[in-house]
Amino acid sequence: MSTSKNIQFSPEALELCQKIMRRYPQGKHKSAILPILHIAQAESNGWLSPEVMDYVAGILRIQPIEVYEVASFYSMFNLKPVGKCVIEVCRTGPCWLLGAEDLVRFIEKKLGIKEGQTTPDGMFTLKTVECLASCGTAPMMQIGETYHENLTFDKCGKILDEYKGKGELVTHWKKEKVKNHSDIKQ
Amino acid sequence: MGRQLLINDLDKPGIQTLEGYKACGGYTALDKALKMKPEEIVEEVKKSGLRGRGGAGFPTGMKWSFIAKPPGVPRYLVCNADESEPGTFKDRFLMEKKPHILIEGMIISSFALGANVSYIYIRGEMMYVFHILEKAIQEAYDAGLLGKNIMGSGFDHDLYVHCGAGAYICGEETALIESLEGKRGNPRIKPPFPAVKGVWDCPTVVNNVETIAAVVPITTMGGDEYAKIGIGKSTGTKLISASGHINKPGVYEIELGVPVEEFIYSDKYCGGIRNGKKMKAVVAGGSSVPVLPTDLILKTAKGEPRLMTYESLADGGFQTGTMLGSGGFIVMDEDTSIVKNLWNFTRFYHHESCGQCSPCREGTGWMEKILHKFLDGHASMSDIDLLWDIQGKIEGKTICPLGEAAAWPVAAAIRHFRSEFEEYVKSGKNMKDVKHYYRLNNLETA
Ligand SMILES: Cc1cc2nc3c(=O)[nH]c(=O)nc-3n(C[C@H](O)[C@H](O)[C@H](O)COP(=O)(O)O)c2cc1C
Ligand code: SF4
Ligand code: FES
Repeated sequence: MSTSKNIQFSPEALELCQKIMRRYPQGKHKSAILPILHIAQAESNGWLSPEVMDYVAGILRIQPIEVYEVASFYSMFNLKPVGKCVIEVCRTGPCWLLGAEDLVRFIEKKLGIKEGQTTPDGMFTLKTVECLASCGTAPMMQIGETYHENLTFDKCGKILDEYKGKGELVTHWKKEKVKNHSDIKQ
Repeated sequence: MGRQLLINDLDKPGIQTLEGYKACGGYTALDKALKMKPEEIVEEVKKSGLRGRGGAGFPTGMKWSFIAKPPGVPRYLVCNADESEPGTFKDRFLMEKKPHILIEGMIISSFALGANVSYIYIRGEMMYVFHILEKAIQEAYDAGLLGKNIMGSGFDHDLYVHCGAGAYICGEETALIESLEGKRGNPRIKPPFPAVKGVWDCPTVVNNVETIAAVVPITTMGGDEYAKIGIGKSTGTKLISASGHINKPGVYEIELGVPVEEFIYSDKYCGGIRNGKKMKAVVAGGSSVPVLPTDLILKTAKGEPRLMTYESLADGGFQTGTMLGSGGFIVMDEDTSIVKNLWNFTRFYHHESCGQCSPCREGTGWMEKILHKFLDGHASMSDIDLLWDIQGKIEGKTICPLGEAAAWPVAAAIRHFRSEFEEYVKSGKNMKDVKHYYRLNNLETA
């Protein structure tokens, strides 16, 4: 077990975690683990270190192993450091039929990295993922919560340039939405 | 005729909001339902003939009537919004465009089942839809449509959205329940079925997004009226996600019974094959269902036109038929390599196998490896039989149907496209000579 002493989520994030835990019956708050791990990624540069997972175990009042075994099962959780933007290109059937493979090669060439790698400047990580329920607008990729659909090389290149220009951390559960969670009341 | 009951009114201003939805008659079904007895709603759903839209097509009314009712034990409704079956994107479309129809359906269905708390389990990748639903649910709370004593009926109900984190298997209902409990998504051995022992060991009904949304028009029009739409046991409308090499990919709401040929070629739906190509094959119900070549998808083996119904698509069994499944309709043109597409699907199932059962965990891995041998030009003729053998040893021998979902596409590809596997073997290492191997998708000009 590692030490989570150095980890501290923002007060807003902690409040959000507590809100979510109240959505499940008394004593069943472990159910909140997946949403909380998403929040944890937003609070921790997009990935879950053992220290962050231990900290989450503390919030949920469960054993660290219970967090590790869950975090390692689900593909959206990064257990190694990632770039500020994780590019997730769909590589499954319908997207592949419409050029996903070529799109991955294009991004690899543009960024000078291979699938699974991070650019030296720490801006992008390239991942391939399974069908994102966007097959009618193939090929597509996801960055954070945003779906980028009907991609061509040109369109994809411009989108990546935009993210690079902003240089911000992008996570599935957006950092702004962790900070301001007025949409989650109950 | 083409009646639309679910994705109608999408052009109306503010249909995403409570106000806009109400302006189009939203929440009148809830008002009606709350004045009925719960059993009466279950009865209407039975009469409607509605079948689960998540893939298995199990009659919804019957499923509801199985729910155990031990006194003092809470019951739960869980909406399956995990939509991950390759080729399927209708639930995302519906939730994004018209979130309130799902919320209204959830309240009516929960009332019918006697559930005071319900959850929508949405896949984590759809995080932006998660926030759309949160907002819509908040609107419903603010308007007194959720919470205590809904519309003065005395019925209390709390509805929450729960997000997953990337795992196809969590669409399987018992894996979804495990995941909702905060665990790895390992499917449970059945029985006990969720209707008896579901989430937190309480009686639970899991239904697909579209199934729950369909309860709204059924409540409004009555089960008998709904059952008049469609053909035979395929009643009502169905959302079809159309993708692949067609001119007009997208989500279409059809009255069950539209001829497949019309669905593919008419401008009202898919608008024919892209770039003037010919069609080669169709996967009609999401990646798990058997692929059919053009002649068999347009006509049954008996020569009758194939219709978009549960029965017609299944006509001929797996020898010559397929399944409506989730309605993920993937069209492939003449340049598509069936072998490579199959490799892609098999790779998917191998990746998504939860690993509890050896036939699924090992079998999907072996099938992926062998298919890769074909693509690399190292396969021999006996590998075709080996693939056939492996798929047969998975089917029916696993805890959950992911095993079958992985086996069926392999069996169907060999059954209908054996010569293509042979072509790969004959061409050997000279794969560039195989015209199907390199498909060039010119995304620069797309
Ligand atoms: C591997 C696997 C994945 C599944 N994925 C989904 C899914 O994403 N969405 C869904 O509604 N049903 C899915 N199902 C079917 C569910 O287990 C279940 O039958 C369905 O949610 C029941 O709802 P319905 O009766 O309304 O269709 C899947 C089943 C299996 C075996
Ligand atoms: S069939 Fe596959 S996915 Fe289903 S329980 Fe077994 S190993 Fe897991
Ligand atoms: S195959 Fe890419 S979104 Fe479905």
